[in-house]
Amino acid sequence: MTWNRKHLLDIESLTVDEITMVLDTARAFKVVGERAIKKVPALRGKTVVNLFIEPSTRTRISFELAEQRLSADIINFTAEASSLKKGETLKDTARNLEALNADFIVIRHSASGAAHFLSRVLDASVVNAGDGAHEHPTQALLDTFTIRERKGKVAGLNVTILGDILYSRVARSNIWALTKLGARVTLCGPSTLVPKTFERMGCRVTYEMDEAIRDADIINLLRIQHERQRKTMFPSINEYTQLFGLNKARLAKTKPDALIMHPGPINRGVEIDSDIADSGRSLILEQVTNGLAVRMAVLFLLNGGKGPQELAGN
Amino acid sequence: MSDSTVILDATAIQRALTRIAHEIAERNEVGTDVVLIGIPTGGDHLAQRLSKILTGIWGQAVPVGILDVSMHRDDLDRRAAPKVFPTVIPFDVTGKTVVLVDDVLFSGRTTRAAMDALNDFGRPKRIQLAVLVDRGHRELPIKADFVGKNVPTAREEKISLLLVESGASRDEVVLKKP
Repeated sequence: MTWNRKHLLDIESLTVDEITMVLDTARAFKVVGERAIKKVPALRGKTVVNLFIEPSTRTRISFELAEQRLSADIINFTAEASSLKKGETLKDTARNLEALNADFIVIRHSASGAAHFLSRVLDASVVNAGDGAHEHPTQALLDTFTIRERKGKVAGLNVTILGDILYSRVARSNIWALTKLGARVTLCGPSTLVPKTFERMGCRVTYEMDEAIRDADIINLLRIQHERQRKTMFPSINEYTQLFGLNKARLAKTKPDALIMHPGPINRGVEIDSDIADSGRSLILEQVTNGLAVRMAVLFLLNGGKGPQELAGN
Repeated sequence: MSDSTVILDATAIQRALTRIAHEIAERNEVGTDVVLIGIPTGGDHLAQRLSKILTGIWGQAVPVGILDVSMHRDDLDRRAAPKVFPTVIPFDVTGKTVVLVDDVLFSGRTTRAAMDALNDFGRPKRIQLAVLVDRGHRELPIKADFVGKNVPTAREEKISLLLVESGASRDEVVLKKP
């Protein structure tokens, strides 16, 4: 298998082999983070622009550190400080950044398709760091990496994704990655946020929390995204917690080896009880560590040129 | 596959490794802190085999590590991204004599990358290089300390090492003409 993609825009268009190659590559980058010297020269001399038009803390920090550990030069561009506020279009902003000879553009944008759009108008490699409610490919790759590392496989596992599915790019990317790798995905949450149309993506949809998590090997909790809610998609946060919050009583009814994931930031006491988030069954902090390794792997693979892989000794 | 020749069979590979191990033992006195670090793919398995032989000669365990050099290559944006492997060096290399083990020595660029990568783990007392096959065509001022077999090759030819450890039915080194 040879990696020949220039951009990482979504999971939907990736093949199983490509996903597996990212995960395998990330294993090697994870151990780099465990050394005294956590930096390798793979992207030395390359320039990466982090174009975060929508606010983000953890994804931006994770990308930044990944780029630094690959020895790239970095330009950070955030919505608050940008000329987009002064009326410049996304295309002009991006082309100006490219005129600085940027090799990579990592973009987070509130509009679905923003990363695809940039990939069509720029020469640089584009990495989607989340576009609207569309996709967040590196999140799905790091979630899949975490699952594979802890469970030894992905195929055949029952993965339940809970919460705000409708507005969630994390859910969409995860559904693509997990179903491609052969996991069985169950979605659960308020019916307004988990439309039955998701069944077309190969998932099971249920509105019964206890039933959704009973056979789950992995429970992935998503945050209720207040900023993306139109009006009231459900009556109250309290009611949400009562119906869909993960608490001790509910956890007791799951498989004893079921593990809990959350892309963060977590709302303690809303979608997850505080002591569960801190328990040994929570993979939340491992996801953060693995996110760094996965983003290093993605940039490393995209940095490759055309042509065949080097063979040993040849 | 009429255009491929077996240049080393299983017996020849084992004999070459035994000779390399004795040369390593001769060059480095008993009790020297010698560690073996293999470069995947191929070199890691060869390092394991050398360690076994050396342990027999010296009567003391010789530690083995695996060093991924892909992240330190000088041609990363010139060809498709290489396969990378987790580096595992379960000991401190500072002050040790590190014998780098690779299957085939060609341009010397892998060895340069390996020395660069090794630097991040400490400061070895010295680094030596052991290879199963030296096929010539060096592009850097690098020379092996221990060589299993010198094989004159044309630049376009390919050499592959097949080992049972990596799933092959038998050990052999094969030379393929283009």
